[in-house]
Amino acid sequence: MKALSVEKMSIRFGSVTVLPEVSFEVAAGECFGLVGESGSGKSTVLRCASLLLSSWQGEVRIGGVPVREMPLMERCRTLQMVFQDPYGSLHPRHSIRSVLSEPLRIHGLDDREARMAQALEDVGLPPDFLDRYPHQLSGGQRQRVAIARALILEPAVLLLDEPTSALDVSVQAEILNLLARLREERSFTYLMVSHDLAVIDHMCDRFAVMQAGEIVEVLPRDAIPSNQADAPYARELIGASLTYERAL
Amino acid sequence: MSHPILDVAGLTVRYPGAAQPAVRGVSFQLGRERLGIVGESGSGKSTVGRALMRLLPGAEVSAERMRFEEVDLTAATERQMLKIRGARMSMILQDPKFSLNPIRRCGLQIEEAYRTHVRSSRAEARARALAMLEAVQIRDPERVYDLYPHEVSGGMGQRVMIAMMLLTDPDLVIADEPTSALDVTVRLQVLKILDDLVREKGIGLIMISHDLNLVRNFCDRVLIMYAGRVVETLAARDLDRAQHPYTRGLLAAQPRIGGKRAPLPVLQREAAWNEDREEMA
Repeated sequence: MKALSVEKMSIRFGSVTVLPEVSFEVAAGECFGLVGESGSGKSTVLRCASLLLSSWQGEVRIGGVPVREMPLMERCRTLQMVFQDPYGSLHPRHSIRSVLSEPLRIHGLDDREARMAQALEDVGLPPDFLDRYPHQLSGGQRQRVAIARALILEPAVLLLDEPTSALDVSVQAEILNLLARLREERSFTYLMVSHDLAVIDHMCDRFAVMQAGEIVEVLPRDAIPSNQADAPYARELIGASLTYERAL
Repeated sequence: MSHPILDVAGLTVRYPGAAQPAVRGVSFQLGRERLGIVGESGSGKSTVGRALMRLLPGAEVSAERMRFEEVDLTAATERQMLKIRGARMSMILQDPKFSLNPIRRCGLQIEEAYRTHVRSSRAEARARALAMLEAVQIRDPERVYDLYPHEVSGGMGQRVMIAMMLLTDPDLVIADEPTSALDVTVRLQVLKILDDLVREKGIGLIMISHDLNLVRNFCDRVLIMYAGRVVETLAARDLDRAQHPYTRGLLAAQPRIGGKRAPLPVLQREAAWNEDREEMA
């Protein structure tokens, strides 16, 4: 179990300041949500934390160690990311076996077959799926493979970038249950981006509301049903979500 | 329903090379009301909308009956369809980023939709377009008129699209996931605008969506589709009292604000849902 802390993270793309200065803390084993409208910088926070973007200022620590100072191999074994669109995040010409075996090979891990079978079992897929290609899988199955790929190096922190927004409600339920079960079994720390407050309420202990690259408020999940937000934008967002759900 | 706007019976659509038809024997009638069609991706809901607009070149479309007012859609020629599409029956698409022409100003696109169907001067079309932009609650229509689609936000783009589609006073509007590309805060505004216009003008609306909350709040009646078939038809307010296990499964799988954090019930699919049923609800 490792805690994650983001201190004064800021990034600009050209003349546009996408994140002026973002700081928050995620306790070890917590599920922390990031919500906000599109373009508010939620995904950028994850991309910076995972060093998919590197030109940012500030500090991200996992278990007290700054991610920038971790050697690449150690970083990959500490933090992994699951992307939004399972249709775009798996290589169409790589079988599931090559998707899952590549990280094992790079990290020189043994028992590859057993580890791959275990990873598939963890996400509830049968072992013979190893020889399939992404186009032979449904959206929910692909997202399970993407989660298996993130799990296979046994990281401590998972960054989830809208893991269910490309999926149907019925499939979303399966993936959310899977993520909740894995967190219980392995005490992962989750940092989860979503635009759906019902999903955040279901999964997260606390969440931050973002607007124009800044965190306007951090709230516990219990603040949602009665809309206890103080920041005007957070109130508006929660209010809109509540109206949307209860409009009748 | 004495004079339905739309009367469809036994609509079946098969895409070339597909083993199973994408839509199988769908029947429904639509009056001056708001009808929701919900289902998972791949259930055939968008295909139904496109079949009504006759926008499925290459697919095999057959129906016992498919009437739009006095027009027989199964027999109408493409020339007739050109007069109907966009004028009397129009479609609002999912994502304004991809469905507006990126290299033409928003206002000109709205104007073009009008001038395609109504003989009028440019000045009149422009005046109409501006009035319509105002009707979809765009504060500064003159400015938005001259913007390109990439210069407007998603919610604004979708309002431009609604303006374009309602300008010709259609009798039927098919909205295919009109708000799923939008943020929650914007979504409600856009739906409200669409809803007000539809009520005001007495338009028949078909709302295609995967979102049960949306159809529950913005439709009168709901068709639930599964694997190309309508499994249940319900009044939107009775959605909670749905009988079909598929509908109930979908409702239960939805996480709710303030709900229990117990694992969500997962939909158990049954082969029987695919089988033919004689009676139609």
